[in-house]
Amino acid sequence: MNSKTVVSDSHEAPDDKDCQQDGLVRPVIYVPPASTLATSSRAVGIVMRRELIRFRADKIRIVTTLLQPMLYIFVIGTGLTSLTSNGSLVNLRTFIYPGALGMSVMFTAVFSAGSIVWDREFGFMREMLVAPISRTSIVVGKGLGGTVVASFQAIIVLSVAGMAGVPYSPALMIELLGEAALLAFTLTSFGILASVRVKTMQGFMGLTQMLIMPLFFTAGAMFPLSRLPAWLTVVTRVNPLAYAIDPIRRAVFSYLALPQKVREMYAPGITWDGWKVPTIGELLIVLLIGIALLGVAISQFRNIE
Amino acid sequence: MDGISIEVNAGETFGFLGPNGAGKSTSIKMLCTLASPSSGSAKVAGYDVVNQRNMVRRSIGLVFQDPTLDSYLTAEQNLKFHADLYGMKRSLVSERIQEVLEMVQLWDRKDSKVNTFSGGMRRRLEIARGLMHSPRVLFLDEPTVGLDPQTRSSIWKYITGLHENEDITIFMTTHYMDEAEYCSRIAIVDKGKIVALGTPDELKAGVGKDRVTIEVDNIESAQRVIGKRFSLESSVSEGMLVVSVEGGASFVPRLFSEVDLSIKSVSVARPSLDDVFLSYTGTTIREAENQAPPDMMRTMMAAQARR
Repeated sequence: MNSKTVVSDSHEAPDDKDCQQDGLVRPVIYVPPASTLATSSRAVGIVMRRELIRFRADKIRIVTTLLQPMLYIFVIGTGLTSLTSNGSLVNLRTFIYPGALGMSVMFTAVFSAGSIVWDREFGFMREMLVAPISRTSIVVGKGLGGTVVASFQAIIVLSVAGMAGVPYSPALMIELLGEAALLAFTLTSFGILASVRVKTMQGFMGLTQMLIMPLFFTAGAMFPLSRLPAWLTVVTRVNPLAYAIDPIRRAVFSYLALPQKVREMYAPGITWDGWKVPTIGELLIVLLIGIALLGVAISQFRNIE
Repeated sequence: MDGISIEVNAGETFGFLGPNGAGKSTSIKMLCTLASPSSGSAKVAGYDVVNQRNMVRRSIGLVFQDPTLDSYLTAEQNLKFHADLYGMKRSLVSERIQEVLEMVQLWDRKDSKVNTFSGGMRRRLEIARGLMHSPRVLFLDEPTVGLDPQTRSSIWKYITGLHENEDITIFMTTHYMDEAEYCSRIAIVDKGKIVALGTPDELKAGVGKDRVTIEVDNIESAQRVIGKRFSLESSVSEGMLVVSVEGGASFVPRLFSEVDLSIKSVSVARPSLDDVFLSYTGTTIREAENQAPPDMMRTMMAAQARR
């Protein structure tokens, strides 16, 4: 390609023929001359808000993503209760609840990030790409949008906590929401990275399904992370999701009136060679992984689009 | 694209005309900073498309060939989104939304979701959105492709009316010959090269000859007779005999008096841009595209209607 094209413009010329005609509106430059932090954050804000508007409009999605955790809590949780010894102090529904909450957040976050693929497929991405904003603003906006959307989903799942035997203590609810939001952020970042690379919605769905289910099952969402065979112990310790589910379960169990021994059995925490990783450490791991994924996604997005 | 060099003047409606695959969309993409030229340079509104991307983006409005609206949002939400992306002054946004929506007659539908809109309404909304931030240059990539004739003419009404309300330069691509007539200047592109550049009248004057279309019973013998008597080359197009001749109107009486043919009908057409394309590229735009778009018949009729 070897081309030289000039679309020139001489609005500055006072004797511009067109401008002399009566009734002609002179150009009003509404757009500021340089991008600033204010314009960037406004762009981030609108990209994020669009995710919320779409989430609100998509009532079916809200219902279906609520259905899944309900199945886990009330069908599997109730069904498996008959297997446990009748003297058990802990309702299996309560045990499964943190996993179901995490799962709901995961799916919402990843699919929300999939809107990048959607936008690309339906052309809307181009509207954003030709705007005078940085590529980073688009990715950050999408990341925050997915985080907020998935946190809303978490609120919906938290609203049924009582039915699973989780007490509605305000402090517990706030803690769970915070941990869910962190999980949402990391999963959205993961979803964005996937959607930058994968160009079709089918491909995106396939890839994320293939990755999410194994991650979910080895995150200790459905079983305690202690007394596992060695191979499974290793798998669960390298699974980043385990570090997001475990704090949720620890928080839930710390609000149940249980003997210390029972609590240790159901919510043993994650141990590294005998050392129990503190909750704050676990949350830090999740946060750092989320930031790293988003960073890679931003650099990929800037190179590709 | 290969070795193209053009200058478009401010306030002009410049048309980029050529068959599908001639490189029109690629050119637009380069000018809109969506693709980088492998060599050469281009300036839009005084800004370089490679080194001053953000300034270029700020100065242009775009209407793409494929829709780029969010169909889950309302018309107004789409425009608000645009205003925020472009960092438009907040106090001006709602006033400007009303202005552009009224211009394309969608103000009463501002709260409807875009997925309830027809193709023509969507295109009008995209034009309104492209104008939201008062761009200095508006790019229209095939603004009427895939629309029915009625909608196409209404879209054109808006585009030609733009100069009355906005001080704007329009750069557009099309492969409809009749639409190129609306441009103040056009460049005909074929196989990545510009083969002609000028106002539609200049280009047509360059062709010179009129087109006489004759409907006759025995085409082959008529072709032979005309060739012998007038030493004119003729071609057959869609069952009609087509003769290119200077002074077409005075050729018709001679045709009737000097040869004996059972002629059913004769029509004379001043050169159309179709003929211009034909004379510069040696092929009609239809043949260049291999397949005739469904509304080519209309183009054909429109070309003949103009004399």
